[in-house]
Amino acid sequence: MEELDVEPTTTNIPASEGNHLGFVWGPGDILVYDTIYKSSGSVGTCSSFIHEVRKDEDIYSPILRKLFNESHHIFVGLQTIREDLPNKNKKTQETLGRYACLIWNLCEVLFIDAAPGGSLLLHLLDWVRLHKADVDEKAQEVLQSESPTEHHGYWDVVLSYLMQGRMDEARQMLVKWGVLKPAARSMYKQMDNLLSKMPVYNPGGSQTLTEFDVKWRHWHDMVDHSLQDNSFASDPNLELICKILMGDEDAILEQKDLLSTWYHFLVTRLLFSHPTVKPTELHYYAQSCLAMFDSRSAPEPLDSILLAAFEFDIHQVIKDCSIALNNWWFVAHLTDLLDHCNLLQSHNLHFGSNLREFLLLEYASGLFTHHSLWQLAVDYFDHCPEFGRVYLEQQIEHVPLDTERKALKVLRICEQRQMSEQVRSICKIMAKRALRNNRLGSALSWSIRAKDAAFATLISERFLQDYCARGTFSDLDLIDNLGPAMLLSDRLTFLGKYREFHKLYGENRFSDAATLLLSLMTAQIAPRSFWMTLLTDALPLLEQKEVRLPPKVNERNTWEPEMSSLYNLHQKKVLSTINWLVNVDV
Amino acid sequence: MEGTNAKYVSQKISKTRWRPVSSSSLQQPDVFATGSWDNEENKISLWSIGEEISGMEAEFEGDPQLLCECKHGGDVLDLNFLDQERIVTASSTGAVSIYHLHPNSQTLSVSQCWTRAHHYPCDDAPCTGVVCKSPEIVTVGEDGRINLFRADKQAVIRTIDNADSSTIHAVTFLRTAEILTVNSIGQIKTWDFRQQSNTPAQILSQAGDRVPLHCVARHPNQQHIVATGGQDGMLCIWDARQGKAPASLMEAHTAEMWEVHFHPTNPDHLFTCSEDGSLLHWEMTSGSETASFLQGGRNNSVLSRSAVAPAGGGQSLSAWLSGDSSKGRLETTHMLPSQTLSVNSLDVLGQCLVCGTDGEAIFVNRQVPV
Repeated sequence: MEELDVEPTTTNIPASEGNHLGFVWGPGDILVYDTIYKSSGSVGTCSSFIHEVRKDEDIYSPILRKLFNESHHIFVGLQTIREDLPNKNKKTQETLGRYACLIWNLCEVLFIDAAPGGSLLLHLLDWVRLHKADVDEKAQEVLQSESPTEHHGYWDVVLSYLMQGRMDEARQMLVKWGVLKPAARSMYKQMDNLLSKMPVYNPGGSQTLTEFDVKWRHWHDMVDHSLQDNSFASDPNLELICKILMGDEDAILEQKDLLSTWYHFLVTRLLFSHPTVKPTELHYYAQSCLAMFDSRSAPEPLDSILLAAFEFDIHQVIKDCSIALNNWWFVAHLTDLLDHCNLLQSHNLHFGSNLREFLLLEYASGLFTHHSLWQLAVDYFDHCPEFGRVYLEQQIEHVPLDTERKALKVLRICEQRQMSEQVRSICKIMAKRALRNNRLGSALSWSIRAKDAAFATLISERFLQDYCARGTFSDLDLIDNLGPAMLLSDRLTFLGKYREFHKLYGENRFSDAATLLLSLMTAQIAPRSFWMTLLTDALPLLEQKEVRLPPKVNERNTWEPEMSSLYNLHQKKVLSTINWLVNVDV
Repeated sequence: MEGTNAKYVSQKISKTRWRPVSSSSLQQPDVFATGSWDNEENKISLWSIGEEISGMEAEFEGDPQLLCECKHGGDVLDLNFLDQERIVTASSTGAVSIYHLHPNSQTLSVSQCWTRAHHYPCDDAPCTGVVCKSPEIVTVGEDGRINLFRADKQAVIRTIDNADSSTIHAVTFLRTAEILTVNSIGQIKTWDFRQQSNTPAQILSQAGDRVPLHCVARHPNQQHIVATGGQDGMLCIWDARQGKAPASLMEAHTAEMWEVHFHPTNPDHLFTCSEDGSLLHWEMTSGSETASFLQGGRNNSVLSRSAVAPAGGGQSLSAWLSGDSSKGRLETTHMLPSQTLSVNSLDVLGQCLVCGTDGEAIFVNRQVPV
C-alpha cells in the first residue's frame, strides 16, 4: 500500500453516535447510512436517513459553470487545431480562484513559453505584476492627495514599483519629491541617473546575454560606488533604495509587507542580483527565498506546488494540484495542454492509460454526475482513446430521461457513436413509458427508431386487443398512415392490412376486400387468436353477390371459371379456405 | 460571422425570443427573453442588448445584460411573448404559465398558471409547444392533447383530448381559428376550432419514411406555405392547400432541426437551427447571373429537389414551393463562428438574431443581412 501524501479530511455525518456506518460508492459521491450495530459490539437503534456525501461542490457554482463551458469549447478546439494555443489569461483570472490562476500562469511561463535565461526574468516579472495589481490603486490614491510626498504611502509606492522592476513609474513618482526639495537636488539627480541607467534585457535585440551581463555588472558597480561613498547617507529613504538596487537581501526582506509573498521576494531578489538567471538555476533561489521569507510557518500546499514548478517537476505539480484543488478541472486541462506541447513523458500508469487520459476521465466522470453539465463530459470522453468509450457507455444510461426532448438528445449522442445497445435500451424505456400512458403512436415511433420489431409486435397486439374489445379501432390516424413502418414487424403489417380491409369494405369494394382477407388468411401473418375474428369478417362477404375472386389462388383451391353462380364460387372459395385454416399445421 | 460573440450564462438555453417592438416604430429590438432547461432550478430571464453603437467595430458590441429573472417550475419547453409585457411558457411539468413584466420595478412574476394543462391519467405530461395570438393561447403536449386558453380566463376554452396518438411537438396558427400541428410520426394536421368535431380537418405526411417532425413555421404573408423540420434535419416546404407530400425537400442539417423561422418582414429569408450545433440562414435570391454572396461565414449554395410542380403565384412563393433552380437560387450561410453544442432555439426580428445553445451560451447578431 502506498503512503498517504496528506492526511485525509474528515467529514462528520449527522448519524447516531457510536454506530457503525454503511456506505456505497456512487459515480461522484458516497451514500452513507446508519446501522444498528454499535462499535462496542452491541445492537441498538438507528436513524432511517441516507446521507449523500459529495466532494466536489465546485461544479454547482454558477460562476465556475461559465468556465467549464468555455474551457470545453476551447478543449474541443484544441484537440483539432494543433499549432494554435489559446490564451486564457483574461478569462481565468476572472473566474478561477486566485491561487489556481497564479499556478496556471506560472506553468505557462515556465513550461509552455519556456523562456531561456534573460527573458525568463522578464516573464517572471510580468507574472508577479499580474498577480499584484494593487500597486496602481495605491499610486492613484497617493497622487490624488493634496500633497503626494507627504502621504504616508508615498515611499511604499516608490518601493513597490521598484521591486516590481517598473523603473519608469518609480522615477515618475520620485520626481515629485525631487521637485520639492531643491536642497537635495543633486542627490535626487544622482538617484534618477542610477534608475534610468539600469539595463533591461531586450530579447529581440541584437545584444547577446553575455554583453548584457557585462553592462549590468558595470551598472551594479556604479550603484555600489554610490553606496560606498555615502552619496545618499543624509536621506534614509534614498539610502534604502540604493541598497535594494544593490540586491541587499536584508533590505529587501525588510519590505516584507510590501512584498507579501515569498515568490515576489524571489523575483525581486533575482532582478537585483541575478537578472540573467537560467531556468535550471531557479529552484536553488526558490528554496532559499522561501526559507528566508518565512522561516517559522510550515509550507502550505500552494508553496510546494510553486516550488515543484520552479523545479520543473511537472508530475509533482500535477500531483500536488490534484490533492490541493477540489475539482479535477485544473489538472485535467493543464495536463491536456502540456500533453499537446509534448512536455509530458508518456508515463503509463498501472491500469494502462496515460496520465492525461486518467485525469480527463476523472474530470469528465465528475461532470457526468451534474444534472446539466453531462453534455460537456461526452466530448471529453471522445478524446480519451483507450477508456473513453467504455466510460461513456456506462455513464450515459444513468442520465434521467424526464422529457422526450432530453431522450432525443441522449439518443443522438449514442447514435453518433454507434452505441447500438444503449440506443435500444433508451428507446425501449421510452416506448414502455408511452405504452403505459396509452400513447400508442409515441410507443410506435420509439420502436421504429430502435428498429425494435418485438416491441412493434407488442404495440400491434394492443391495437388488436382494443379492436376485439370495442369493435372499432382507436388511433386511426396512426394505423391509416403507417407507411413503410408497417414492414417493421409481421404483426404490424397485419394490422395495417387488416385496417385496409375494413376501409375497402366500408367503401363497398367487396371484391378487393375479399381478396385482401384471403391473402391475410393464407399469408400466415394473422395471429391465431385473431382467426375467429377473420372468419367472422368473412361471413358478410358470403352474402355479397358482386364479389369476384381471382381465377386461381393456389393449388389447394381449384377454380372452375365456367360455374354459373358467382354465389357458389364465392361460397366454395371461402369454405375451402376455412378448411385449410382448420387443417393447416402451424 | 463577426459581431457574434458568445455570452456564457451558466444555464442551458432551451428557448429564446425577442420582445416584440411596436409596429409603428422602426426600432430594432433590444430586449429578449430566455428559458432554461435541465437545471435543478430553471429560470425565465430577460436580457437587454442596449442601444446600437454605430461606428464601433463589430467585435465590441455590448454584451447582453440581465434585466431580471424568475424561477420556473420544470424545463422551459416553449416560450412566446403574448404582448409587450407578458410571456407565456410551456413546462415539462405540463403547466402553462403567464409571466408578467412589471415596467416600474423591472421584475418578472407569475400572473396566471394552468397547472395540469397536459397530463396522463396518473402522471404529468410535458407541454411541448405554445403559441399565442392575444388573447388566445393554444398549447400542445406529449399527451397528444390540444388546449385553447384565453389569457385572464382560468377555465380552459376548449380541449381536444387524444388529438394525436403520438407526441405533438409544435403548433402554429394557420389562419384565425385554424392551427397546424406536427407530431412524432411525421404528420402535419390542421385543426379548425370553429368545427365541433375533434378530428383534424386535414392530415399531410411524407410519402416515404415518416420522420418525426419537431418544428413548424408559417410564411408570414402566404398562409398556405408552411416549413417543417424534423429528426433527419431536412427542411420541408409544404403547400397546405393541396397535396399529400411536401412541395420541396432540402438537406439542411445532420441532426434534429429544432426551430425554423421565416423572417417576419422579409420572408425570402429563412433561419433554421439544429442539434448538430449549426444555425443556417437561407436566402432565396432572384435568379440572376451574379450570385449575391453573404458576408463572412461559410457559404454553400444548395439547389433543392422539388417533389411537386409549383403552385404558381408571386416570385418568392413559387420559389419556396418549387425550389426550382430556374426560378431562384437558394443560398445558405452558417451564422455561428464555429461548431458548438446543440443550438436549441433562435429568433429573428428586424436585423437582429438571437440564439441559445446547450453550451450555456447566447449569441446575438445585430447585423443580419436581410
